[in-house]
Amino acid sequence: MEFETVIGLEVHVQLQTRSKMFCCCSADYASTPPNTHVCPVCLGMPGVLPVINQQAVEYTAMTALALNCTIAEYTRFDRKSYPYPDLMKGYQISQYEDPIGLNGWLAIEVDGRTRRAGITRVHLEEDTARLTHRSAPGEEAYSLVDVNRSGTPLMEVVGEPDLRSPEEARQYLIKLRSILRYLGVSTANMEEGSFRCDANISIRPEGCDELAAKVEVKNMNSFRAVYHALEYEEIRQRRAVEQGEDIFQETRGWVEEEGKTVSQRGKEYADDYRYFPEPDLPPLSLSADWVEEIKARLPELPEAKRDRFMTDYALPRYDASLLTGSREMADYFEVCLETGLPAGLALPARAKAVSNWLLGDFSRLLNATGTEISDSKVNPEQLCQLLDLMQKGTVTGPAAKQVWEEMFKTGRPAEEIIDRKGLSQITDTGEIEEAVDQAIAANKQAVADYNAGKETAVKFLVGQVMRATRGRANPQLATELLKKKLGEE
Amino acid sequence: MTTDHDQLTIHEAHRLLEERRFSSVELTRACLDRIRYLDERVGAVVTVTEELALRQAAEADKRIAAGDAGPLTGVPMLVKDNMCTRGVLTTCSSKMLESFVPPYNATVVDKLEEAGAVIIGKANMDEFAMGSSTEHSAFSPTHNPWDLSRVPGGSSGGSAAAVAAGEAIFALGSDTGGSIRQPAGFCSVTGLKPTYGRVSRYGLVAFASSLDQIGPLTQDVTDCALVMNAIAGHDNRDSTSAPIPVPDYTQCLNGDVKGLKIGIPKEYFVEGMQPEVEDTIRAAIGQLEKLGASIDWEVSLPHTRHALAVYYVIAPSEASANLARYDGTTYGFRYKDGESMWDTMEKTRQFGFGAEVKRRIMLGTYALSAGYYDAYYLKAQKVRTLIRREFDEAFEKFDVLVTPTSPTVPFTMGEKLDDPVQMYLSDVCTLPINIAGLPAISIPAGFADGLPIGMQIIAKPFAEETILRIAHAFQQATDWHEKRARI
Ligand SMILES: [Zn+2]
Repeated sequence: MEFETVIGLEVHVQLQTRSKMFCCCSADYASTPPNTHVCPVCLGMPGVLPVINQQAVEYTAMTALALNCTIAEYTRFDRKSYPYPDLMKGYQISQYEDPIGLNGWLAIEVDGRTRRAGITRVHLEEDTARLTHRSAPGEEAYSLVDVNRSGTPLMEVVGEPDLRSPEEARQYLIKLRSILRYLGVSTANMEEGSFRCDANISIRPEGCDELAAKVEVKNMNSFRAVYHALEYEEIRQRRAVEQGEDIFQETRGWVEEEGKTVSQRGKEYADDYRYFPEPDLPPLSLSADWVEEIKARLPELPEAKRDRFMTDYALPRYDASLLTGSREMADYFEVCLETGLPAGLALPARAKAVSNWLLGDFSRLLNATGTEISDSKVNPEQLCQLLDLMQKGTVTGPAAKQVWEEMFKTGRPAEEIIDRKGLSQITDTGEIEEAVDQAIAANKQAVADYNAGKETAVKFLVGQVMRATRGRANPQLATELLKKKLGEE
Repeated sequence: MTTDHDQLTIHEAHRLLEERRFSSVELTRACLDRIRYLDERVGAVVTVTEELALRQAAEADKRIAAGDAGPLTGVPMLVKDNMCTRGVLTTCSSKMLESFVPPYNATVVDKLEEAGAVIIGKANMDEFAMGSSTEHSAFSPTHNPWDLSRVPGGSSGGSAAAVAAGEAIFALGSDTGGSIRQPAGFCSVTGLKPTYGRVSRYGLVAFASSLDQIGPLTQDVTDCALVMNAIAGHDNRDSTSAPIPVPDYTQCLNGDVKGLKIGIPKEYFVEGMQPEVEDTIRAAIGQLEKLGASIDWEVSLPHTRHALAVYYVIAPSEASANLARYDGTTYGFRYKDGESMWDTMEKTRQFGFGAEVKRRIMLGTYALSAGYYDAYYLKAQKVRTLIRREFDEAFEKFDVLVTPTSPTVPFTMGEKLDDPVQMYLSDVCTLPINIAGLPAISIPAGFADGLPIGMQIIAKPFAEETILRIAHAFQQATDWHEKRARI
């Protein structure tokens, strides 16, 4: 039997607001000692009342709009009750019946195919305090409570069970993160916990429309972990069904070190959160005018930017997609184009030259060093000067790569590095001739191959010349000279 | 100071302070003495803040000397013990908060301090404001100054009894289903529950958030207006407080009720009502008619009969969440010998809360549970809307509605303690007003065998001025409010 995998994702996003969701405390909980950003409201003390953070409502509406949701005209908060020491009031203020955003979608691309994954809802709530569990052998275990995180704004994006593979799930998350960062509403960093994902996964026979018992997978701390956990779970469920076992509705945790999911002790009874409307907060009416105002403030989103890059700069779809993957990269690219360098090239050629460099050598070094583009020491102007020097023939391509490494490390201008290291192109025939003679003398075999009709041997010899000149020799000149000399022999 | 002064009104005290007949420190000392002398028998005060009071009184005397005194400056008063007072115990008369000292003030406390009032202590109450007799205080019950064997009503029984006994010149209470008005009626003082949203709830320890409202308990209507001037108004810290300007409530006290239309809803003269209460209220309404108001005795508000049921779904539901924070982890009582975190949390609640509070938490938890929510909470909210609408319609025809405050005179202590439903029925005339969020006052309307009877006047939202105007006119024409408990 052929099986189909059904995945739905729930993502919790920490919003980058200055203050907390319902009080004036700073929402910056991580960079401060425990229990310093607290007040009677986020400590859940008697008699205090919540006041809605307007910025958080705006951020949620922005996200909902970017995810093609309908914005509710009437939205309200509800109390979700459950006893746990990380919940200072014994209930969490969340949204149950009337969330801010409803019925949207997110376009994902897998194997060159674009399709829409449904968004059920986008709602706003408050985060809990952070518990740290401590235990030492022979001692009683205990837990520490840090209330700094209590009451910081949290947005939940609930997706429809529309994803059909772990790869689709990964693409969904990449896309969602990119949109959140474009909007500037969150750092959306999974490792830091500002972007948290729980997944529901089930399998069913191909063509069947019913949803099978779903397993909720938690404890995934990176996109890679989500991918591997879902891949693992997909296989585990298939094998179980093939062996005639039942799949139970349960919660499983991903254990990174062991590369598997394990059942977290099933609850004996269903959760009953006893939701009811929060009487301390009047419902909000979000007027059409207000929604229009928010819409007008939305920045250009990844897809629109990608399409614009394709039309305005005649970039291939592949380049445009990668460049617009993050707002910082896209902005960097466009600032590069504003410099007008390398001079003498038409816009599409210039765009392609810059794109090649950004997606090639630049991205390689960013990844290798774990640097964010915003922290790069090289500014767009400097990068384009290097490209310009290359275009003018001041440096060869191979020498430019050496210059670039140095620029990336030090942030010094290209010209300075070229001068200091003597990396400018050699166009003096005499100098190159010397290297050519040496190459011929030292590589008898290659010469013999060439004479036997093996044209590719020239390439090898050119490589030897380039190496001897530290990449500085004009490759064309070197090739010509080589051919001439070999013909003479 | 002589005993003539010990049951002064705010406006009398203000005049005498301005005339330098005595200082605020002297007046404050007199109240503190009276508490020392009387409160062993009355049990109205749970915390006396002598040091704070004398400091505030000395400040007030400076303001008076500088000619910078407002009507409340230097006037000693009590705050119900469910309103947070910075640096002063705020117990809600519960073992759970027996040692809780908030690091913040309720907004009303800030406002009273600004006005120069002198806080002499915290008033006893039913635990977490749940009760109608102040017998549910975890510390000791409050006794009615008119008859110490009887209850003062509740839950603001301490506030009402203290004012009736002259231990304080006025007090603040809170009203969720009648907790200001019913004790005001039982103790023969004036008690106003303002419109929901008129007074900030910030710092009021929540019982039922959509029903709770803070208000004054005073000797007369003029005092009530003076306190309202100080405490009413929008508060950025309470999103349910109304951004509506506050009038000067003393301006409407002109004695003129001619042509005002008063409706008497017959459903409030309930079966089982004490005949003396009914007779007294009918006579009081006759008095209003004599003053020139037009009375319609045939008003019907049929949904009233559902109010008690609606209240006992909504209030406990909200309470069950509001009281979830008391688990001993961060502040308040904590059970010491728990075997685990969960055991500690459970036993903290088991031993920290009294029986009535636990009863209501369980009622509310049940009403909100999956499978019951629609039948209880949701249905109650729908009926709540019907009750509101019914009042809206009535106020298209009438300026105010008048009813008894409670169906009986103060009952004897212990009488209803074992029968929660009988106890709940004591609030049958006052509950619907909270459900609809309306303002209502209870004023002294007479006595039966020396026991006080209160009359309730209800108006549409934010029409406190109409209520005060009628209540004031009534007090101009009668002297029930001038009678003092002999104790
Ligand atoms: Zn805070």
